[in-house]
Formats: sequence, C-alpha cells, structure tokens
Amino acid sequence: MNWLWSNLDLVGELMLVHLALSVPAIILSFVVSVPIGWLAHRYRWSRGVLLSICGLLYAIPSLALFIALPAFTGLSLRSPVNLVIALTLYGVAVIVRTSADAFDSVERDIRQSATAVGYSAAGRFWGVELPLAGPVLLSGLRVVIVSTVSLATVGAVIGVPSLGSLFTDGFQRGIQIEIITGIVATIVLALGLDALSVLLGRLLMPWTRRASSNGRVLTARRVREETA
Amino acid sequence: MIEFRGVTKQFPDGTIAVHDVDIVIPPRKTTVLVGSSGSGKTTLLRMINRMVDPTGGQVLIDGTDVATVDPVKLRRGIGYVMQNSGLLPHRKVIDNVATVPLLRGESRRAAHAHALELLDTVGLDRSLADRYPAQLSGGQQQRVGVARGLAVDPNILLMDEPFGAVDPIVRAELQQELLRLQGELGKTVVFVTHDIDEAFLLGDQVVIMQQGGLISQAASPAEILAHPADSFVADFVGADRGKRALHVTEVDGRRVVVDADGRAAGVLAS
Amino acid sequence: MNLFLDAFAWLADPANWTGPGSIPQRIAEHLWVSALVLVIASAIALPLGALVGHTGRGREPAVMVSGGLRALPTLGVLTLFGIWIGIGLAAPVIALVILAIPPLLAGAYAGFESVDRRTIDAARAMGMRELQVVGKVELPLGMPIVVGGIRSATLQIIATATLAAYIADEGLGRFIFAGLKTRDYGEMLGGSILVILLALVIDGCFALTQRVVVPAGVRATRTAELRSGPTRSRTIVGRPNTEGNQE
Ligand SMILES: Nc1ncnc2c1ncn2[C@@H]1O[C@H](COP(=O)(O)OP(=O)(O)OP(=O)(O)O)[C@@H](O)[C@H]1O
Ligand SMILES: [Mg+2]
Repeated sequence: MNWLWSNLDLVGELMLVHLALSVPAIILSFVVSVPIGWLAHRYRWSRGVLLSICGLLYAIPSLALFIALPAFTGLSLRSPVNLVIALTLYGVAVIVRTSADAFDSVERDIRQSATAVGYSAAGRFWGVELPLAGPVLLSGLRVVIVSTVSLATVGAVIGVPSLGSLFTDGFQRGIQIEIITGIVATIVLALGLDALSVLLGRLLMPWTRRASSNGRVLTARRVREETA
Repeated sequence: MIEFRGVTKQFPDGTIAVHDVDIVIPPRKTTVLVGSSGSGKTTLLRMINRMVDPTGGQVLIDGTDVATVDPVKLRRGIGYVMQNSGLLPHRKVIDNVATVPLLRGESRRAAHAHALELLDTVGLDRSLADRYPAQLSGGQQQRVGVARGLAVDPNILLMDEPFGAVDPIVRAELQQELLRLQGELGKTVVFVTHDIDEAFLLGDQVVIMQQGGLISQAASPAEILAHPADSFVADFVGADRGKRALHVTEVDGRRVVVDADGRAAGVLAS
Repeated sequence: MNLFLDAFAWLADPANWTGPGSIPQRIAEHLWVSALVLVIASAIALPLGALVGHTGRGREPAVMVSGGLRALPTLGVLTLFGIWIGIGLAAPVIALVILAIPPLLAGAYAGFESVDRRTIDAARAMGMRELQVVGKVELPLGMPIVVGGIRSATLQIIATATLAAYIADEGLGRFIFAGLKTRDYGEMLGGSILVILLALVIDGCFALTQRVVVPAGVRATRTAELRSGPTRSRTIVGRPNTEGNQE
C-alpha cells in the first residue's frame, strides 16, 4: 500500500500516457474499419478476401507484430507511433467483421424504401444505413475498446511506456502491489472508456434506448412461444 | 384410453394454461383439440408424454398414472409430431425416422429396413432416404415427421399442428393421407389445430378449448353442430353462418343444398 | 529491408538450429506449453459452457466471467503470477489457463445456445435422455461455434505464450526477449517471424477443422436457406483476446 500512496502521481501520469496511446488507436480503427466493413457488405466478392485478411492479421501474436512492424515502417521500435499503428491494425481486424454484419443488419426493405423516397446513394448512407447500423457498430467498438486498452500494456516490454510499465517494473522489483495497481488501473480505464462509448451511443442514437432494455424479455418470450 | 382427471397446469410465472380439465380420449380414434392461440392445447397435449407435468390432477393412460412412469420410457412409446417437423437437421431422413428404434437399442440394419417401409407408409419415395431434412419440401418434412412418430409402432400418436406450416393444397393432401393412415393403423391420435374445418374433417371427437385452458365442449362434430354447448362454441364453429348454415331449396324437382350466401353446396341424395 | 536480411541471416545460421535453446527446441516448448494450457483450460471451460448453454441457467454469470476476464491485461496477469510463484513453468501455465478460459467458455455456451430450441424439444419428445440430447443433438449442431471458441483460445494461448517468455525460460518469445536485451534486431525479428508462422499455420488448421465439423445436413440448410434458425439470441464469438460478447 505504501508503494501506491507514494506513487499516485506516477499512476495518474501513466494512465494519461496510456490514454494517449489507446484512444487514437481506437478512434483510428473505428474510422478505418467502417468503410471497409461497408465495402465487405456492399460487394459480396470482397467480403471473403477482406475478412480473411482481417482474420490473418488477428492471428498474429501482438508482441511479434510490435517487433515486425518497424521493419516495414522504418520507425523506431520504441516509438509510440509504432505501437499506435499496431493497435490500430488489431482494432481494424476485430471490427471489420462486426461492421460488415452491422450493415447487413439494416433491413433491405428499409434501404429500398429510403431509395424510393428519393435519398441519393450518399444521403442514404449517412441518413439511413449508418445510423441504423449504429447499434451493432457500437458493440464492435466496445470490444475494440477493451482489447486495445489491454493490449497497449504489452508495449511496455519493448520500451513504450504505458500502464504496462507498472507490470514490468513491478515484476523486476518484486512489488506485487504495483502490478495489481496496474491491472486495476487498466481495467478501470477500459471500463471507463466503454461506459463513455455507451453514453455517446445513447446520445447519438436515442431510438435505441428503450429497445435494448426490452430485447431480452422479447426474445425469451419468443422462445417460449416457439417451443410451446 | 387416455384420461384427464381434474388436470390443472399453472406455469411458474403464474399463467394458468389448463384449468381443471376432465376428458376421456377413446382408444383407436382421433381426438382433435381445437381452440384459439394460447388456449392451452399444446400444454394439454404435452402432459400426455410428460413434456409438461400437471400441477394438479392426474393423466392416465390405460389406467396408469403417467406420473409414475419414467418420462423417457413413456416418450419412447408415444409418437410425437410437431409443426416444424422437429427433424434433426444433421441427420439423413432415414436416420431421423430410425432415431427412436436406435435409441431403444435395435440394430442399425433392422431399424433402417423398417424406416424404409415407413417411408412407403407415409407416401414418400424411398429415394429421399439419403437426403437431409433441409433438402425436402415442407410437406415432405411433415411426412418424415409422421414416419418418425410411427417408428416404434406406438399406440398413441400426438400431433401438434402438424400441418400448420404448409400451404393449403399440401395441407389438404396431408389430411387425406392421415385419414387413410388412420383407417389402416387405428392409432389413438391426439391432434391439435387452430382450424375448425381440419378438426371436423379429422376428428372422431372434437374438444373445443377456450382461453384459460377451459373445455367448452367435447363431442363428435355432428353433435357439436347440432347442439353447440354455448354461444362461444356456436360462434367458434360458425354453426349459423357462412358455409355451415345450409338449407335446402327445390330446383326443378330436385333438392339442392345451399349455404347462407346462397352458394350451392350439393344435392340431397334420395 | 536490410532488417529482414538480418532476420533471415539469423534464421539461416546453423548455430541457431542445434543445441540447448535452439529454434526446434523453442518451437517444441511453445507447442507443448500451448497444448498443455489448451487441454487444462478446455477441461474447465468446455463442460461448464456446455452446462450453461444446455440448461440456460447461469448464463448471466458466465457472460460476466467471460467478459470480465477479457478485460484483464495479459502482461499484468503473467507478471503477477510470475512474482507469486517464481521461476518455472507453473506461473505462465496458470496465467495462460486463466486467460484462455473466456473464449472457450463463450464458444461453448454460444454453441450450445445456437441450436434451435424446437429441435431440442423434439429430441426430448422422442424420448432422448438429457445426456443424449447433449451428445446427439446439441454437440454436433453447436460444434462449429464451439470449435470457433477453441480456435480463438488457441491463438490467444500462442500469442500469450510468446509474452510469457518474459517471466519464464520458455518458447519462441525467448528469442524476442534475448534480442531486445542485446539489441539484436535480427534475432528479435527472426523470432517474431517464427511465432507468426506458427500462429498462421495453426489458425489454418483450425479453419479447416471448423469447416469439417459443420454437419452435412446443416451445410445443406445454408444453401437451401430454410426457415429454421436459432431461437435464442446468439452470442457472438469473435477473434482471439477480444471475442466480443456483445451482451
Ligand atoms: N413454459 C411456459 N411458461 C409459462 N407460460 C407458458 C409456457 N408454455 C405455455 N405458456 C402459456 O400457457 C398458455 C397456453 O399455452 P399453449 O402453448 O398450451 O397454447 P396453445 O393453445 O397451444 O396455443 P397455440 O395455438 O398458439 O400453439 C399461454 O398463455 C402460454 O403463454
Ligand atoms: Mg400450441
């Protein structure tokens, strides 16, 4: 506990550093993956290819990617930019499938009636498809938030400071509380960002507010009726 | 003979699906349970093979309370056919039909040979035996469902809206097929439907159920039409309107039967 | 590009292919630890997940456990067990088992849940015992999703086993950490390439398995687009580390 009280500043500082690594990666992966997901949804032939690439990307162990990436980018191994790129790649790999599913989930009828009432292709995307895909996109984003915040700690072993530094430092000096603090801080950060994204989702998609709380009950009833 | 004695079913959430029901289901006859959605038909049916256990009263088969019988043994001796056919999607038609005999420990060869005969019985071509359920039409799937229900040569066959999901033409075909089968096999059939016409066509005894799991009337179709127990039944079977309100008019010396709208339904013989 | 030349030079160096700490030995270690962890974690998580999916009971806690464990930073868990238990294989194995449980659990219950309730109902009505319902209906039909969970878990284990070389003398990660220490980028990159190849090969094997375990009748359903489908909401089993459980 002593360690914690005398190092609160350090923990706070590392949390900020951690945010500076993970938030850009989260935002970038969302922004990049939505158009890719749309592509996979819109053009069937591209789906298999895009999803396979994402699958391969995600199969790559993170530490190996962190180390291999500078060989392509020419960046220094300890550059935070290197880490952000790697985290973004993982984020994209995770979220593309979800965002393709998200666009798939927008019903054909709705899309066609939007065209029928005179939306242009672009207008339809921004006005109809994107908002209706929103809830599923959000669920994908939430997965990426948790994974990115957790994965960013791995950067500590190659010398990119983050909350992960508490693990490496605590391990080397045998300070248990330091590692536990790091774990708790990482989880708090992940849950905090997750809560923020949910809040943002509610603000941007007010129509989902009731539906989600009723969803479970509705399915349960449907199941009962269908099995009856 | 199946007998319900003061049977009540209240689900844990408080819904009373069946309330104090007494009926006798005669052997080797078809009894049809008919009523609107949620009236407790399925619940009543499923109490016979203990898919649902009553919260009050007894269900007896040939005098034995089913509550005293191991549910698995009981079910293996009773055929069950349901709306979506309930076939196992990962097994071929032949294996679906042979499921219960195999569960009972019959040899594969015997079970398969018998299953092929059953395909004949329900009017399916033997060449369909090696297909998967998804490769059949809805009507064919239903026939496989019936074949599976008959696989252990049960005395009792429970059918829960077996023809509910097929188009009217196929349904009519399947109904005729069932009448033919029943004429040959003489099982104790308990059949659930929404459709009063289907009930009157198939049922020796028709049980009309009302919301809350109450029985309004249990009798033969003719008796129900002649003496509806109450206004609910009269209304439900449409005894005084449309194509059931028939009367006779004389046309050129012959007696023609017409319905409430004046459409000709037939000619009176003799 | 000369970075890759360094890596290939390291990979081609015969000295790295023999003796203690050689490439083949590290690969064998990596595979052995991963397999051990997979077996232990499966023995815990798969029956539990199957039970949850079969009965529908304990679903909320299972979702919470598999979701909550996912938020755990792998490096934190590894180092914590490292100082608790000390040098040796026990620490990484225990940590890896804990980290492998969420995708296995999620895959198992999602797989069992994905089976059409009406099919299960019909199986019971025919007189199948509960174990027969599990073995003859739920398991074969849910298998593709269960294997998906095993695939995610395996990739996660291989990745984390690399990281575990930070706390134990084990696996291909040793080359990475040795290279980091001596600033030998060729060794680091060579080790990374080996890990990546290993992961991709194993992922490929799973991709094949996942296809094979789809029951033929179900494959027929997919092409025929028939009406029956899962009636309980399906849990999404995603990719390693993060399989999202979006509920
Ligand atoms: N497992 C259950 N738990 C709670 N309530 C149930 C359950 N199964 C059925 N019920 C309720 O019991 C009542 C009777 O249901 P049942 O399925 O027997 O009706 P039904 O006559 O077969 O209807 P349908 O024609 O729609 O199939 C309904 O109100 C239903 O909601
Ligand atoms: Mg019903």
